[in-house]
Amino acid sequence: MHILPKLALAVGASLMSLAAAVPALAQADPSAIIRIGSLYEPQNLDNTAGAGQGINEAFNDNVYEALFRLNDDGSVEPVLAADHTVSEDGLTHTFTLREGVTFHSGDPLTAADVKHSIERVTAEDSKSSRKHSLATITGVEAPDDRTVVVTLSSRSISLPYNLSYVWIVNDAAQDISASEDGTGPYVLDNWKRGSAISLKAFDDYWGEAPKNGGAVFTYFTEAAALDNALLTDALDIVTSIQSPDALAQFEDTDRYTISEGKSTVKEIMAYNDRVAPFDNVKVRKALARAIDKQKLLQAIWGDRGMVLGSFVPPTDPWYEDLTGVDPYDPESAKALLAEAGLGDGFTFTLDTPNYDPHPITAEFIKAELARIGVTVNINIITSNEWYTKIYQAHDFQATLQEHVNHRDIVFYGNPDFYWGYDNPEVTRLIEEAEQAETEAAQTEKLREANRIIAEDAASNWLFLFPQIVIADADVTGYPVNGLNSQFFLRDIQKTN
Amino acid sequence: MTRYLLRRTLVLALSLIAAGLVLFVLLRLLPGDPAAALLGVGADEAQIAAARKQVGSDQPVPVQLLHFLSDLARFDLGRSFVSNQSVLPEILTRLTITLPLTLLSFLLALALALPLGIIAAVRADRWYGAAISGLSQLGLAVPVFWVGILLVWLVAVEWRLLPASGFPISGWADPVAAIRALVLPVVTIAIVMGASLMRYVRSATLDVLGADYLRNARALGETRAGALIRHGIRNGAVPVISVLGIELASTLLGAVVVERVFALPGLGSMLLLGIQQRDYPSVQGVLLVSTLLVLLIGFAADIAQRLIDPRLRDPAGRAR
Repeated sequence: MHILPKLALAVGASLMSLAAAVPALAQADPSAIIRIGSLYEPQNLDNTAGAGQGINEAFNDNVYEALFRLNDDGSVEPVLAADHTVSEDGLTHTFTLREGVTFHSGDPLTAADVKHSIERVTAEDSKSSRKHSLATITGVEAPDDRTVVVTLSSRSISLPYNLSYVWIVNDAAQDISASEDGTGPYVLDNWKRGSAISLKAFDDYWGEAPKNGGAVFTYFTEAAALDNALLTDALDIVTSIQSPDALAQFEDTDRYTISEGKSTVKEIMAYNDRVAPFDNVKVRKALARAIDKQKLLQAIWGDRGMVLGSFVPPTDPWYEDLTGVDPYDPESAKALLAEAGLGDGFTFTLDTPNYDPHPITAEFIKAELARIGVTVNINIITSNEWYTKIYQAHDFQATLQEHVNHRDIVFYGNPDFYWGYDNPEVTRLIEEAEQAETEAAQTEKLREANRIIAEDAASNWLFLFPQIVIADADVTGYPVNGLNSQFFLRDIQKTN
Repeated sequence: MTRYLLRRTLVLALSLIAAGLVLFVLLRLLPGDPAAALLGVGADEAQIAAARKQVGSDQPVPVQLLHFLSDLARFDLGRSFVSNQSVLPEILTRLTITLPLTLLSFLLALALALPLGIIAAVRADRWYGAAISGLSQLGLAVPVFWVGILLVWLVAVEWRLLPASGFPISGWADPVAAIRALVLPVVTIAIVMGASLMRYVRSATLDVLGADYLRNARALGETRAGALIRHGIRNGAVPVISVLGIELASTLLGAVVVERVFALPGLGSMLLLGIQQRDYPSVQGVLLVSTLLVLLIGFAADIAQRLIDPRLRDPAGRAR
């Protein structure tokens, strides 16, 4: 009776929905919410308050923008700065702001906001890790609404790069550790501490609209739980995989894309270069040659990651392959030790943070060095002990640590840094590089400094971690290198 | 009973204050500087000093203690060193996950343990009674995280029936999603907790079965089942209730493992993170609130026992 027409209707409807679904197969959905899994939960929403790398991942260039942006390939480009001029003596930088930019609250962007934002980072009581790199700033002025003038005590070629970390915050915003008012393509939608942050597209964004409707960052403390969430389709993408063991589950390339980018995370064995025998360059070079780093990397990361000959990763402009300076060569390592008067070997304590991959790396080093007669006592410590004993008190012989920052060769120019490397030539080159007039000159100086550091075997650079992102096969447009933990959202697309 | 309640409430308040003091002192005895932990590599002494000032760890310990106590008197658990947010609202939010998780697990464990425990005792001579006993032994032996991982692999990853981890960002606004997120963790805890409860129920029932009053009841014409239901359960319940209290309390505190396996943002994960970050106010807050809950559970168990067993209420009786 009524069944037939109903059936016809149902068939018609399903045919129609099928027809609608066919073109959608190949098309990106601009309103899709990208579900992202991460191990780095921000502890508050202000990157100048010791919030950890998670806040950069979620907010840099997504919620807050800066005068400049550090792109995923390591290049720097202007964002809120439409124009940038430098005075003859290099001490006055004038920035003209882009027109038509508004904060999420609706307030227009003015020079006063930029002044406020820079001063927030350089303030006396600022806890920003970037305070040091902006120490040459002596004043910030806002002569009119569109112009910001920054004066320096000495030339700083890295100023645009360093400003890429300075979020431009509305000067009228109150406490930004729990809320936000930025100019980026996304606004904070919801923040559930301990669990997730959701962002949605900002309708009045000055630039091109993002290719998705928003994103939810879900945070995990257990890598296995993160992997399971991706396996059960509760996530679209995982920002970085910390253990290669997990990769086998995602090798079905129809379902997942595994991308390997260049990270800036360097696993190193740092010596205390102030104390014997590590004050002797021959001993340091001997240890560098005694460890088969390729084998170590293979053991930890399989075919991924890369061996480094120095502290500089390939995304730094002054990168150079220096693996040939102290290649794996246990025989010459023994000879160098003998030259240093330690032909019978010696014993040292390796302070090893208690989390991956340090303990296994320490065991490997211990086995390798035993072959040249050097005995390693592994001392497992917590990261907190690492800060107080090693970083603050310099009370150690050698330690393992992962250094995560981009462009951090400058640490070798600071004789007071925890590893105590003190080469006036390097300090001078690093200072001069900063005061260079062109980027080419800066790059040349830092290459030179890098070569000296490598020749000195200042530390033992073991390997560069790979940056592994796993995504559902229907998701594209995400950053693969994740420099400084950034995770740009605007180009991510999801097809249904 | 009223005097007893008043006295118990006073003891509860004093225990809480004592626990707070012990916690405060113990946390400060731990090595490590919360300010340095907050800032990480790259921070200089001036920045660390500024951070110490901000979190108040530059003050002498007695002054910090005074602040802590005066805040506590106003039910203020302080502000997190790390997030600079008030600790109490966060604890309350996280309790909306941990409390349902604990209570539902407890109820499910009870629903499993009571009938199975009684059957295992009454039918101890049959094969299924022995089988139930054996299973409960097995349940006792496996670690809770292993049960969790197994369930995730089977139910979530292989069968795709339930989510493997996480909790909806909207919380309980979507009750179906929230419940779905809790099913696997609840089952995980209930399996392990139910196994241990079952052992207690079984042995309490065995005790009761051998008791004189039950033989008397049988002699007066009651059936075995009738005697057990009318007299046995009531008598057996008294020791079981104190075990239940202890189990409930330890589940609340032990939820941290399960919360980690299932990535649930509950009280346990807050505690763990707080410890890692030397975030004293968070750790203090979580431990104080859990202490309060454990004390309340003990309190409730005591009252329940007194209601069931009149001898405990009688001043001339066994207890007081």
